[in-house]
Amino acid sequence: MSTPPLAELVARAEALYLDYRLGAVREWKRKTGGLAIGYMPIYVPRELLHAQGVLPVGVMGGREDLEIIKGDAYYQSYICHIPRSTIELGLNGSLDPLDGMLFPAICDVIRNLSGMWQSLFPDKLAHYLDLPQDFDPELGGRFYRHDLERLSASLVERGARPLTSEALARSIELYNAERREVRALYELRRTQPWKLPTHELYLFLRAALVLPVEESTELFRQYRQAVLDDPGRKPLDQARVVLTGSFCEQPPLGLIKTLERAGCSIVDDDFVQVLRFIRSDIPVGDDPLGALVHAFLTDAMASPTRYVDRGRKGAELVQRVRACGAEGLLFCAPSFCDPALLDQPMLVKAVEAEGIAWTAFKYAENSGQFQVIREQAGTFADSIKLWSNA
Amino acid sequence: MSGPAPTPTPEASKDSSQLRQKEMIARHFDRLAAAPETGEKTAYTFVPGNLSELLLSFDVLPVLPEINSLQSAMRGRSADYISLAEKLGHSEDVCTYVKSDIGMLKSGNIGPTGQRLPNPDLLLLSYTGCFTFMKWFELLAQEYQAPVTMLQVPYQADGRITDDMRRYVVDQLRRKVIPTLEQVTGRAYDEDRLRECLALSAQAEDDLVAVLRAARHRPSPIDAYFGAVYYVGPIFSSFRGTRAAVDYYRALREEIEQRMAHGLGPVTPEGEMGAERFRIVVEGPPNWTSFRQFWKMFSDEGAVCVASTYAKVGGMYDLGFRHDPQRPLESLAEYCLGCYTNLSLPTRIDLIVRYLEEYEADGFLINSVKSCNSFSAGQLHILREVEARSGRPGGFIESDLVDPRYFSAANIKNRLESYFQMLQQKSRNPNPVAAS
Ligand code: SF4
Ligand code: SF4
Repeated sequence: MSTPPLAELVARAEALYLDYRLGAVREWKRKTGGLAIGYMPIYVPRELLHAQGVLPVGVMGGREDLEIIKGDAYYQSYICHIPRSTIELGLNGSLDPLDGMLFPAICDVIRNLSGMWQSLFPDKLAHYLDLPQDFDPELGGRFYRHDLERLSASLVERGARPLTSEALARSIELYNAERREVRALYELRRTQPWKLPTHELYLFLRAALVLPVEESTELFRQYRQAVLDDPGRKPLDQARVVLTGSFCEQPPLGLIKTLERAGCSIVDDDFVQVLRFIRSDIPVGDDPLGALVHAFLTDAMASPTRYVDRGRKGAELVQRVRACGAEGLLFCAPSFCDPALLDQPMLVKAVEAEGIAWTAFKYAENSGQFQVIREQAGTFADSIKLWSNA
Repeated sequence: MSGPAPTPTPEASKDSSQLRQKEMIARHFDRLAAAPETGEKTAYTFVPGNLSELLLSFDVLPVLPEINSLQSAMRGRSADYISLAEKLGHSEDVCTYVKSDIGMLKSGNIGPTGQRLPNPDLLLLSYTGCFTFMKWFELLAQEYQAPVTMLQVPYQADGRITDDMRRYVVDQLRRKVIPTLEQVTGRAYDEDRLRECLALSAQAEDDLVAVLRAARHRPSPIDAYFGAVYYVGPIFSSFRGTRAAVDYYRALREEIEQRMAHGLGPVTPEGEMGAERFRIVVEGPPNWTSFRQFWKMFSDEGAVCVASTYAKVGGMYDLGFRHDPQRPLESLAEYCLGCYTNLSLPTRIDLIVRYLEEYEADGFLINSVKSCNSFSAGQLHILREVEARSGRPGGFIESDLVDPRYFSAANIKNRLESYFQMLQQKSRNPNPVAAS
């Protein structure tokens, strides 16, 4: 299959990222007549929706260009930004093509948003996905499986196909293929970060949230090929950093660009985690639903939204920094984000024990000014380079 | 969670129930202080959805970090503790209960009675209605060697408790929590003992409900927000399931019934309250750093809180829940599942509307605390919905639990005065169109 030119692929990804009104989803619904269900960040089992013919659509809040007219009236100033932009998008009709929303159990803000959704949009499905914090298959596993069965039944009530093991097995395979492509992109960025600037990769991660998995997988493949084929991108003298803390409300694109311009080459991050939350391929076996549950219990990323019941807090972060040969760590969390900010002192302790350099700052998805962060990140990158050249 | 149980204020007029409570609390902290010598086991755990009876059945003494935080605030210590925690790298954005507790811990772990709190033998993370609890104990787990056992309590997202939820909690109790308690204490689980404790809980719960319901009377003999934090103290904290709690609630009920019979209003820290002018329902926790000042802003205006959601963070007894000795673990599960902040937003809205009607309140106030997303995220929506459904005016003020930087007395007083003025005008002119 021939690969479209890189610029064309980037333009497509950017257009999908910028389209608040979910044109691609509207188009998919027009063609297929299927249901589309939105989901909030971090993790939902998209495979289950896909197996029932439903299009899972990632909703990641707003950007600096979204004018918040009504959303602010729902939230006090000391609450993070993503719920207000999500409400805004719901009330201004952008999310109209969605037949419902899934609210994964990640924090109290998203939890309470699930109830607001119920009362603001009573005709739509609003499912709170009570992800287990107990990772014993007989305890948390069984509870989670029942919750997935309940979700599946709610989808059928709204017109989706009933869930079958065959369909779920096929969907898991498709998402495995997507996960492989995303891992390959991350691996390529790890080894040749100049080929894959994060502000560009990010557009593809976001674009995937509104596409059927078959298309997003192909888009990732084409992008990787186009990047590899591009002779123009040359190594840069930048500090290799891991960026952590941006797993829910996303930073504005301008912030990612600012960090890169300040001399930071991001070689691992927490963006759009749903695409990588399950770290490996899910082996399907003869009980695909069980396999989906098992993957969540045993093979998920160490997110601040998951209880660390064993092992050392921060161990995975240290390991990530080491694995990608990073020279420093950026704690980059949304203001007022409880999971990220409550975790941070524990993570700092873990990375300091390993002598890893770090710096920290906060953002809101609609921030437009990055001067302070630019200076901070620039100084950090310079100090790292100085240190490594010494 | 913002759990109640402050030590009764010394200046308040001393009813015998208050003296009794004070003695109970003092005895409890004496036992805690002596635990390293006596060998009594201690567990750190939280207020909402706590497993008091189960701990009691193993003779384990609970330490409640939230109570320590609010006590620190009432004693004027929380500002220093919070600032120490922030110096140690804790964000200014997060729950101040956690920071106050961490600051206290780093300052020697001196509890509210001036005695050192013992290190825990167990961290019992039963987290109902708030994710911060999970992080809080991950933080404490770094400070202590004690084992941690976690009880996940599912959220009532659709406004009901399902069989799956109940079973999940019961299974965790059976397979994780109880075996850990057996290991820590070296004792076998004694279900008969647990049943006895649960039966005592139910007796105390009956009397507490009678006390809270007394606010339906005019004038209300209690303040069901400020006053209620004293009333719910023993049952939400370490005493549920004890004979002492049963005696306390019986005495309290008798006192309140007497007040009611004599047509008396609530007792405030400044003494007997004047005539009841406004009946208010309150949503959200109080501020602890300026608790008395805050209460006075209400009582000076003749405003009595006749119902509050805060008095339900440790159990929805007024809606009929009772611990049931016949179904010990199921009943503990239902208790954990049913606490106020574990309810969905629509259920919370229904509840406030119901309180407004049942308690014939003139309006409702939301105290939105910066610390607590569990309570606060969605309160502006609650405000609008409750106003629309009840037709009664809502007020909105902002403060914090234990961080004095977020209690702006002048601002809050202004807002409250305008709110009460508005209620006054409305009562003169009950036509809602004209009043609005
Ligand atoms: S940004 Fe943080 S606090 Fe806000 S909704 Fe997301 S996880 Fe929750
Ligand atoms: S966030 Fe709220 S419920 Fe949770 S610990 Fe803090 S005060 Fe308590």
